[in-house]
Formats: sequence, C-alpha cells, structure tokens
Amino acid sequence: MTATTADPAAGPRPTPRLRRPGGAGLGLGVGLATSYLSVVVLLPLAAIVARASGHGWGRFWSAVTTPEAAAALRLTLVLGLLVAAVNAVVGTLIAWVLVRDEFPGKRVMDAIIDLPFALPTIVAGLVLLALYGTTSPVHLNLAYARTGVMAALLFVTLPFVVRAVQPVLIELDREMEEAAASLGAERFTIFRRIVLPNLLPAIAAGTALAFARAISEFGATVLISGNLPFKTEVASVQIFSQIESDNTLAAAAVSTVLLLAALAVLLALQAMQRLGVRRA
Amino acid sequence: MAITVSHLTKRFGTFAALSDVSIDIPAGSLTALLGPSGGGKSTLLRIIAGLEPPDAGTVQIGGTDSTTLPPQRRNVGFVFQHYAAFKHMTVAGNVAFGLEIRRQPKAAVKRRVDELLELVHMEQFADRYPAQLSGGQRQRMALARALAVEPEVLLLDEPFGALDAQVRKELRAWLRRLHDEVHVTTVFVTHDQEEAMEVADEIVVINNGRVEQVGTPDELYDKPANAFVMGFLGPVTRLDGVLVRPHDLELFDRPEPSSVAATVQRVVRLGFEVRVDLERDGKGELWVQITRGEAEKLAVTPGIELFVRPVAGAVTAGDG
Repeated sequence: MTATTADPAAGPRPTPRLRRPGGAGLGLGVGLATSYLSVVVLLPLAAIVARASGHGWGRFWSAVTTPEAAAALRLTLVLGLLVAAVNAVVGTLIAWVLVRDEFPGKRVMDAIIDLPFALPTIVAGLVLLALYGTTSPVHLNLAYARTGVMAALLFVTLPFVVRAVQPVLIELDREMEEAAASLGAERFTIFRRIVLPNLLPAIAAGTALAFARAISEFGATVLISGNLPFKTEVASVQIFSQIESDNTLAAAAVSTVLLLAALAVLLALQAMQRLGVRRA
Repeated sequence: MAITVSHLTKRFGTFAALSDVSIDIPAGSLTALLGPSGGGKSTLLRIIAGLEPPDAGTVQIGGTDSTTLPPQRRNVGFVFQHYAAFKHMTVAGNVAFGLEIRRQPKAAVKRRVDELLELVHMEQFADRYPAQLSGGQRQRMALARALAVEPEVLLLDEPFGALDAQVRKELRAWLRRLHDEVHVTTVFVTHDQEEAMEVADEIVVINNGRVEQVGTPDELYDKPANAFVMGFLGPVTRLDGVLVRPHDLELFDRPEPSSVAATVQRVVRLGFEVRVDLERDGKGELWVQITRGEAEKLAVTPGIELFVRPVAGAVTAGDG
C-alpha cells in the first residue's frame, strides 16, 4: 500500500500528498465502464424511449392502451408477479436444501439449477411444448393456456432466487441459530426470526431479477402460448407481432412500458438494499 | 443448579473428542474448563448445552437427566466466542429475543432489557446494531442476552478469545464480579491458564479428550497430578528428568549438599525478575528465575559456574 508513495527516485516533493493506490487507473476504469455502459445499454434504451415518444405522449398513450396491448401488458405484469412470488418461495427452499441437506445427487441438482440460464430459451419452449403440448406424454395439455405460459416463465426464472440466496445461506453464521435455540426458540421461530431476515435482501434481489426476466421473456413463451390475443399473448410477443405488421410506434411504446416496469423494480431493490446496509 | 457429567464419549469420525469424561460442577460455582486447543473442552460444553449429542454417557442439570433434551428445554444460557449476535436486530432486540419468544408482556420485556443492559453497562447502546459495536461490547450484549431468560446454567465458550489483551483483562475481572452478583452456575472454556486461575473457583484440566485433574487454582498449581498439568499451569524447567518450577530452584556460588554444577549461558533481565539460562556439562539445559537482588549478590554473568538445587518443598512432577 505504501509502496506507491515511497518512491526514492522521485526525490523530495514540495507538497507530499498521499494518493490512493491505483488512483490514476481508477479514472480510466470509471471512464471505460461509463462509456461501455452508455454504448451497450443506455443508448439503445434511449433510442426506444425516443422512438416511443417521438410522436407525442398522446400517441404513446393510445398505443399502449389499445385493448390488445393493454391485455398483453396486464397479463405480462400479473404473470411476472406470480412467477416472481412462486420463485421467491421455491427458490429459497431449493437453496436451503442445497446448502443445508446432504443427499445423493446433490451436486447434479446443483448443476442442473443453471440449465435454464444455459439453454437457449426457444429450446426451453420446445421442450415444454413437447411435454405439455397437445400430444403430452403425461396427459397434461397446457398449450395455448396461461398456465403453459406460466410454466415456461417459471422454468426460465428458476435460477435467480436460488443463486442469490445460496451464497448468503452458506455464509450465514450457524451460531446465531444455536444461540436462538439455547434461548428457547423452536425451529420455525428460528427460521422466521433469525434466518429469514438475514436472507431477505438476497431473496428480494433474486425475486426482482426473476420478475424483470419474466416480463421480458420471449423465446420460452412464444411457442407454448400460441399467442392468442387477450388470452395468452404476452407483451414481448405482442411487440414482435406489432413490428411484423410494421407498427413500430406501438412496439416501441409497449417496450417502453416494460422497460419502466423493470427499472422501477430494480430501483426499488436498490433503495431496499441501501436501507439494509445501514445495519451492516 | 449443579451439573453432573458421567462417562461422556464423543467421536468425530475417527477422532475421539471426549473419552469417558466424568465431572461434577457444584451449584453456584464458577468453573473453568482449561486445556489446549482440540482437547475436547468446547465439545464438552456444547454437549452440556445440548448443541451436540454425545455418543455415550449422560448429562444431568439440577438433578434431572438432560442427555436427550433439546437445547430449547435445558434452560441454559450459551455465550459463543464469536458472539453469535443477531445482526439484523438492535442490542435491545437481541437481549429481548428470549423473552419475546416466551410471550412475556411488552412492558415486562422492556423493564428486564433495561435492567440487563444496565448490568452489562450497555444502556447507551440499546438502539445500535451489532455491527456498530466493538468486540467487547458485542460480547457483553451476548452475555446480557443469555442472562435475560434467567438460565439455571451459564456456559461460555472461549468468551474472550477473540478480544485484544486489554479488553480481555477488563472483561475477566468483570465476569468474576458479575458472577458474584448473579450467582448462576457458570462454566467457561479457555485455553489461557492465567484466565482460568484469575477467574475460576475451580478448574477442570482437559487434554486429549480426558480429564487430567480437577481442583482449585491453588491445588492445581501446588499439587499438579502429572507433568501435563504442571506444564500447562505455569513455567517449568527440567532437572535430572524431573519437572520443577524455575522459581523453585536456588543458585549458589559454591557447592551445597545435593546441588549440581551448571554454567551460565545467558542472563535476561525482565524488570524485577532475572532469568538465568544454564547448561550442565553434557546433562542438558535448564533455566532459573531469581530476583534482581539475588542475581547481583551472585554476580551472575555468562560463563561462570554456579550450583543449582530445588528449594525445600518444591513442586515437582515426573517427566511425562
């Protein structure tokens, strides 16, 4: 640490100032990160918002409130919330089992969790259609139904909560639970009052990401949903069909709503975590 | 409440943490489990608390067999080396936890929490989170939390092990005073013989999963049962294959009955005390602790020959 300031070859300086190690590199790093983020993420997003609002907010508003667009958006947001809620519970449970329990096949299960990340989502859609389609080998036909769309979304968003909670659970101080037990707390009380509050930030982070992913999913849902307007058509598919029918303004407008929903969730998450940091 | 441990055995894989350990801890006493790391003392404490099941043997707390009771039913307060603070709760929340899960009325909980925070001198930190406290403060909070539920037995696992020397010293004296006020049967684990001697009424020396000796600090120091206990409780040196305390040896400048000759190798002054390293011609080395006045009278300097013998009534132990 001190090596950066102690440089005998530099000779005596009139005003010796302590500099943080890597001070010069820091400026370069920040510049690079900001530029990259701007070009890769912010610029395209700005383009969409500009396209959507280019014809005035009246046109924007009517584009997202057409019955079909509104139905698609509503379905997308409701399904997103449902999927996120299910994953919050099941994902935490899976993370718990993977960290706390010993059973044969645990490592295989741990590896499989990431499969929805690794798989092209269109393949996931195809797999689900083969399993739950009209020729379902398990006689469970979810094709062209909202439950089918939900199954597809559950599939692709599974890893988020599991992978957010797992490391926190591994690091969790087991002695806190032992202390609670010796104070008389039963297992459920220990989970509710000691374990869960310490996992909440991670569960919230995973759930937010799962929600953001669920409302934007296209590949996994496009096949199994059948894209029936007012029934199974989700927003991303609606955007696609608008573009196909050359209605780019409507597509951009619906995209902007999705963008805002995702942004709102991520900002809420940030605010929550800032609140949590005060304690730590 | 008295604690009686009978024939406890515990293995971790092939490692025998405890082998047939039996001890009696009288009600209201302050007892230290003393021994080197990995000797089994923490395991013994965790078995008494119900945090670890024994492979064989029984644990009685206050006359009732607690061997199979879960920790929740033992009415035992446990303090961990690394505090085990509930880090999402304030200091007051930590201390209140045991009372809240017993569904005590809010006002009673608040009164008791205030009382305990006062006892551990933490009143002004009630609304802080553990991360905002020093190690010593966290441990005092953990102690208040354990005492809140009025346990019959207080168990502390290396309670001061993670603290720096100065805080350690303060908390030791403070634990002793606290015990004199609260009178709860207290057992603490330590590997520091000075800590055990300073704080405890009774010391149980544990090594390699066995009890080496049980006694008061004076008994252990003056009548060690074996070479291990003698070596663990204080400085020792070796004379003719026998362990002896360096301050139980006297030096002469001419031969005396039953003294042996040795050459001074090194003289170290540590304030009032002088440490003299000696070499016996082909019969090994030893060291002697004398006062500064004695050293000056003998004019101890490296290279001179002196004569050594144990004082009358010196504590000795056969070389184990």
